[in-house]
Amino acid sequence: MASDAILREVSLVLPMVPDMEIAAGKTATALAEFMEMSSDKIDEVRMAVVEACINSFEHSHAADHKVHLNFAVLGSEEPEKLEITIRDSGVGFSPDDVEEPRIEEKLWAARKRGWGLKIIRGLMDEVEIHSGRNGTTVVMRKLR
Amino acid sequence: MSETLKLTVDRQDRLAVIYTEGYINNQGGEEIARAADELIGAGHKALVLNLHGTKLVNSIGISILIEIIEKMLEIDGTLAFCCLTPTIEKTFHIMGLAQYARIFKDLDEAVGALTD
Repeated sequence: MASDAILREVSLVLPMVPDMEIAAGKTATALAEFMEMSSDKIDEVRMAVVEACINSFEHSHAADHKVHLNFAVLGSEEPEKLEITIRDSGVGFSPDDVEEPRIEEKLWAARKRGWGLKIIRGLMDEVEIHSGRNGTTVVMRKLR
Repeated sequence: MSETLKLTVDRQDRLAVIYTEGYINNQGGEEIARAADELIGAGHKALVLNLHGTKLVNSIGISILIEIIEKMLEIDGTLAFCCLTPTIEKTFHIMGLAQYARIFKDLDEAVGALTD
């Protein structure tokens, strides 16, 4: 079997309504547990998925009000990494134009939010963002 | 699907402890902020947020906690967190919260440090 074959895969389509990110987090947890990831890594994956969903809910302005998720356990014979793809059909954004938030600038600032991407990058091993007029796709991976 | 945050408050002279149970999202963060405002108004200058019962937070909820840090800095007080999961603690470090709020392993350690 070739490396990075899909050993298990789950797809979800979630409506963009409050707390629906928890369902995405539960699915990520179930697959990370199947891979026998450490509990700390499982928590990190869950939180990154929650953040990615919230970003999509809040910023995509997708006309269908849906976020599409794919969870794939990749590996040769044993699970090696969990790849999670979060896609929306919203207005897109330019990742290069997103300024990295800094706590010293957020304190006493009117807008304290904008931490999602920084948290996702800090918790996952690999993160790719593809965004344009047809929406945004975030691909993130966590090694077992 | 709804996740409600439960709060319990323990007032001890200058220090007060807020215990959380559940998901800290925007509503949860606002509930904590309301409780903190009340405690600050009552003269508590040291607040401990005991997150033993919280296994998941999101960045919107944490952003509201930054407002509490601001208020504590304004009164020359201290906000501390204890009993964090490793992921929540890591997230606080990613965001830089640890520069402006103290993080303790458990409540005894937090109370000991803040009442010295």
